[in-house]
Amino acid sequence: MFDFLSEYDVLGAFWVTVQLTFFSAIGSLIWGTILAGMRVSPVPLMRGFAASYINLMRNTPLTLIILACSLGLNQTLGMTLAGQNFEQQNYRLAILGFVAYTATFVCESIRSGINTVPVGQAEAARALGLGFTQVLGIVVLPQAFRSVVGPLASVLIALTKNTTIASTIGVAEASLLMSEMIENESDKIFLVFAIFALGFVILTLPTGLLLGWVAKKAAVKR
Amino acid sequence: MRFSRVLRVGAVVAATSLALAACGGGNGGGGGGDEGGNESLVSRAESGRLTVGIKIDQPGLGLQTPDGGYEGFDVDVAKYIAKELGVEEGDIEFVETPSAQRENMIEKGDVDFIVASYSITDERKQKVDFAGPYFLAHQDLLVRADDNSIQGAEDLNGKKLCSVRGSTSAQNVKEDFAKDADLQEYAGYSECLTGLENGAVDALTTDDTILAGYAAQNPGKFKLVGANLSDENYGVGLKKGDTEGRTAINNAIKKMQDSGEWKKSAEKWFGPSGYQVGEPPAIEQ
Repeated sequence: MFDFLSEYDVLGAFWVTVQLTFFSAIGSLIWGTILAGMRVSPVPLMRGFAASYINLMRNTPLTLIILACSLGLNQTLGMTLAGQNFEQQNYRLAILGFVAYTATFVCESIRSGINTVPVGQAEAARALGLGFTQVLGIVVLPQAFRSVVGPLASVLIALTKNTTIASTIGVAEASLLMSEMIENESDKIFLVFAIFALGFVILTLPTGLLLGWVAKKAAVKR
Repeated sequence: MRFSRVLRVGAVVAATSLALAACGGGNGGGGGGDEGGNESLVSRAESGRLTVGIKIDQPGLGLQTPDGGYEGFDVDVAKYIAKELGVEEGDIEFVETPSAQRENMIEKGDVDFIVASYSITDERKQKVDFAGPYFLAHQDLLVRADDNSIQGAEDLNGKKLCSVRGSTSAQNVKEDFAKDADLQEYAGYSECLTGLENGAVDALTTDDTILAGYAAQNPGKFKLVGANLSDENYGVGLKKGDTEGRTAINNAIKKMQDSGEWKKSAEKWFGPSGYQVGEPPAIEQ
């Protein structure tokens, strides 16, 4: 029943999914934190930029963003991100798209974490003479991060599944291999589907369990 | 207890995936054909109505028109077969059958037969029967009208090529005749056409029938290379084991070919792009 699997590199495809998730997660954590900083900053222009960026990106379908990266940035504007061929370019463009999109969710999670830090702490820090970046970096953000591990885990799981959208611009991850297998093995469609569903469960379930545990350990007890 | 909860969740997941896998295996081996009644195509046609599966997004083969009708070569073939089975044109219900769902829709009885650029393959024959073939298509290349640098598969290495993700054509390119070509895969043909038009890719590859349809839709912009990279026998898919229905469809296709109706329709839909319509294929199924 599983003989046909030897003709396909299922593990290789899921490895690309893992890589896409990993790099996009790192990128969106960084960009999301910067956005969150802007969102609570005292400069109106920064607040305005972050707010409009988030509302624009968060309300645009991800397929559209990924496709725009390929058709708009790559084909029309000639942006290659130093990729030598379509394979490299699409891979990098997809990560760019995922970072741009997922960072909005990361930012909103972190902002909710910032709200859990009692305002008196920020006021006390200000009274001690710390500047905005110091208040945020030393006092507020470390506590905020500890309280949002749970929500961020949900964002990470959503990101893992969202990476399947990279196949619309031809990144050879799991769902692209699934399309190929459905095309060739039309007599085993349900089996193929089950294999890929199981693959994603194997990726996301431990992530959820592990980060759920971390969230419990890390949470600030007030 | 924390640990037992983890175990319970794990057990549920394992059970679900096993059930799904068993489901798939059963379908693969069983061959189907017993759900939805054993009524043959011919007896259903006698009731005066038929449901036919087509593609609705491929110009020249099966395309939905703005007024809700359908047009294309596959649609003509479907109408001719229905007419031969005694069903009026107005009594045919056309249903979209996306590539990945064709076998299931036949097995479940959602459609009576399918005419949707459906290539006859051994894997598909495990689940459905085919009548025909009614057309012999080839994988081909579509290039910009002013581009003479691509004459065949050997010119592809180093060129930028576009196809639809997961399709047989894309896999052929990757594994077979142009390993060094730079392949861009998109979810649909329209993205590839955009790329071809603005010069981001050099060629679009898939069945020549589909390419001819797109070329005819955009007159003067694109041309077919005529590379004949593979043979695709288009068949009419129907429920497995319906021999009577298969014979009836085969007879209808034969009649369409002999009457000249076949050639007329093929030239109408594929001709404007410069596509040479050959002789109709012999019926083998």
